[in-house]
This record gives sequence, structure tokens and C-alpha cells, in this order.
Amino acid sequence: MKRYSAFAIAREALRHHSGWERAWASPEPKRKYDVIIVGAGGHGLATAYYLGKNFGITNVAVLEKGWLGGGNTGRNTTIIRSNYLQDASAAIYEKSRSLYEDLSQDLNYNVMFSPRGVMMLAQTHHEVRGYQRTAHANALQGVATEYIGPERVKELCPIICIDGPRYPVLGALWQPRGGTARHDAVAWGYARACSAMGMDIIQKCEVTGVRSEGGKVRGVETSKGPIECDKLGVVVAGHSGVLAEMAGFRLPIESVALQALVSEPIKPCMDVVVMANTVHGYMSQSDKGEMVIGGGADGYNNYTQRGSFHHIEETVRALIETFPMISRLKMLRQWGGIVDMTGDRSPILSKTPLEGCFINCGWGTGGFKAIPGSGWGMAQLMATGASPLTAEFSLDRFKEGRFIDESVAAGVAH
Amino acid sequence: MLILTCPYCGVDADETELTPGGEAHLTRHGPGSSDDDFHDYLFARDNPRGVHFERWRHTYGCGKWFHAARSTDTLEVFGTYPAQTTEPPKDICDKISGERPGWSWRIFG
Repeated sequence: MKRYSAFAIAREALRHHSGWERAWASPEPKRKYDVIIVGAGGHGLATAYYLGKNFGITNVAVLEKGWLGGGNTGRNTTIIRSNYLQDASAAIYEKSRSLYEDLSQDLNYNVMFSPRGVMMLAQTHHEVRGYQRTAHANALQGVATEYIGPERVKELCPIICIDGPRYPVLGALWQPRGGTARHDAVAWGYARACSAMGMDIIQKCEVTGVRSEGGKVRGVETSKGPIECDKLGVVVAGHSGVLAEMAGFRLPIESVALQALVSEPIKPCMDVVVMANTVHGYMSQSDKGEMVIGGGADGYNNYTQRGSFHHIEETVRALIETFPMISRLKMLRQWGGIVDMTGDRSPILSKTPLEGCFINCGWGTGGFKAIPGSGWGMAQLMATGASPLTAEFSLDRFKEGRFIDESVAAGVAH
Repeated sequence: MLILTCPYCGVDADETELTPGGEAHLTRHGPGSSDDDFHDYLFARDNPRGVHFERWRHTYGCGKWFHAARSTDTLEVFGTYPAQTTEPPKDICDKISGERPGWSWRIFG
């Protein structure tokens, strides 16, 4: 792999850009791999990357039904934060956020991480108490957040209406080193780095079955024929239940649609991310100038990547109340993704009833921010059988009553 | 917009009038049951990509709970029926089998 650098740009400029390589190879699958990861989204590719980087396991295939990063990795609103309440969540999300800080250097690929600050508005007294509690918990966990008053909110984000008639802004939980990153670039950067280590990223290769023998995983059936493996990592977000069914177990997960939308591009007017959980909406401005908007998930099971219109209406209505200046803004496009929701709104990174088969799912509405940390922990779990980052997120926590309840931190958006 | 016919009051209700209530026909396990049964009752879900039986409440209508048979991959509604039953009615199962040969309910029993 040729490194990207200012020098490389100069060199290519002088020879009509004829020397750029493809970012990753697209090989045909081999007969057998040490590890197969199902799902070439952010989490799957990050898992493969850290298997190679931290544990030297490079005989790895990443199988993808569609195209690389075409699922929720390319459909989220790119928010990165780690202001969670519970210790286990703070640990994995903060690990992730800190990896984002120098991910561009690590991958030699510009993921455009922009730590512009994330603000979660408190618009009821209940929320004020909740976020003050989170700020105290974060102080103990070593996550830099603070609770700020309405004047500071207005100073950080002048376009916000802090004295609205229904839900005035009473304060906010402020994480200055939270922010956004370019979601596609995260998937592409990991893919390029994995390919450079000799891993095979195989797109348009749908897994249709899981082969096991004596309770141990042996490989997978795919649309490109059977492939054997010693270890299998299932990292498929909304379709986790479908893969689990192939492997012969059920998950405490339901898949629902979550939508997002972007406006036409406008001049820079907002340099922080604002999340308003009481009124159900969150917004940030992309580098292109589009206002990136997300809201609540649908309440019923759905695999179609299309959501209900009234959710968009609710989200936009709430945001117009919070940001009156956007009331004349036109929306450019809207889309949906299928999110995998668990009962406690926390993910599952775990061994499964099938030996050698590991699962990473349940990130629900908030997986993008967790990509590096999730990959880091999942790689350790798959390579060594245990990881301090993932221990609390095991599948058996539901049976044992060890919930990691993040329904407050998750709120609407997560 | 999803439209379901309430089997009690006969209204074609769109989803803003309804509240989704998750998977239907779960076997309730309470005190005295095994940990595995209790866990499955509370948390484990089929979550199929395809035919799904689910509970809905006609919240802003007659207020009653009913069941719907729906497809999660096409959003087709196969039918709705009253909640006083432990399994999907035969006419709805037959309709689904007609459209999707080889289909079966409850992969995990």
C-alpha cells in the first residue's frame, strides 16, 4: 500500500494522477480462513483491523452482502460522544472516542474527525437532574463533560432558542471533545488498512448459512460457495437476528427502522452538535453546509430500510421549535437504516452458544461513535477469549439481571 | 404509512392512531419457572425477516389490544385478529402459506 501524504499528492499532480492505487483489493474467497467476519461495516472492519494490528491475526476474510459501508455505517448522523452514565458504557465509548482522536494518522486515511463539541439539552427538570448526575458520573469515569447553564448554551450555539414557550432550554450536558467524523471514510480507511495487511474483503457475498459440527463453528455457506473458518464474528447490526437464526440461537434483539435527513447546504451557522432528547431531534452542520438531522426510531419490527413519515414530521417540528431559523429550510433527502435494539439499550459483544462464534450487535441507534472501541474490544474477545472492554456486555447479562441501562443516555438518539 | 384494521371496531387505523406492542403469542413464564424460560419470555425474540405476528393497541380509537400478521421485509399486512388466542388463526396462516410456500411459524418453537 502506498501511503497518502502531501508528497504523494505532489507526485501524482506531476504525472496526471496515474499512480493512485485502488484503496483495497477485491479478491475471490479462499477455501479457509482463521477468522471470518460477517459484515463489512464500520464495526466489522474495525474488528478485523484490530485483530491484525493488536494480535497479528491476518488470515481474515470480511464478508459483505452488499457493498462496503453501505448499511448503518453510511446511514447514521456521524455523532461521536461518550457521555454515558454506566461505567461499562463510559469505558467502551470513551476508548472509542479517544481512538477517533488519532484515527486518521493511525489508518493513514482522513476520517475528518471534528471534535467540535456535543451538547445534550436539558429541557425538563427531570432532564436537568439526569444530566447533572451524568456529569458527576463522567467526572468519576474520567470522561471530560460538564453541566452548563442556558446562557452558555446560547453562547456556544447562537441559533438556538433557549426560551421557547413549551420546552425552554434549562441547561445542557456539554462534551467539548465530542463531535463528528466522515462516516464513509471510517469504513474506507479501515478497509484499506485491512487490505494492506493481507485480509480479504469480499463484497456481494451473502452468508446463507452457518456450518457447525459438535456445537463448534466450522464455516459459513455463502452466495460464493462454502468457506471454512476457525472463528466466526457476526457483526451485522440490524440483521443479527437473521444470522443468529442460521447459527441456531435467538437474541434479545428487535430490528426497527431509524431515519435521518439532510437539508440543502447553507452557510456555516452552527459549529456544535445539539441533541434535544425531550422533543426528539438532533442536528449538526456538515462540512458541506447541510443540516444533518435525526430523530426517533419506529416502534415496530421492520427490515425495509424505510421508516414512517410521521416520525420525520415530529422530528422536524421539534427542531423548528428549538431552532426557529430553520423553518424555511428545504430538505434535500431522507433515508432509513435498520437498527438492532436491545432491552437495556446497550450493545452485545459476546461469545454465543455456538463455540467459536462471536457476536457484536445491539448498538441500536448509536453505533457509529463506538466503531473503533467496539472493534478494539471485539478483536481482543475473539483473539484471547476475553476483554475487559466487552466483559459486561455479554449475552448472558439479560438472564443474570446485569443490565447496563442506558435508556437515559441513549434518549432518542444515541 | 402503515394502516391496520382494528378487529374490534372495524376502523382502518393508520399508525399514528396505534401503539406497537412487540411480538405476539409469547408464552408467559412467571414465578416458579426456570431461569431460561423466564429469560426467553422477557427478552428473546424471533425478530424474523419475513412474517411477523405482533401486538398493537388501538390507542386513539377503541383502546383495545389486537394482533396483526405482517411482513417485516415487504411491510405487507396479512390480516388482523382479536387478541384472545394463543396462536395465529388458520385463515391467516393459510393466506400466508398461499403467498409464501414453505413458510412456517415459530422457528424456535
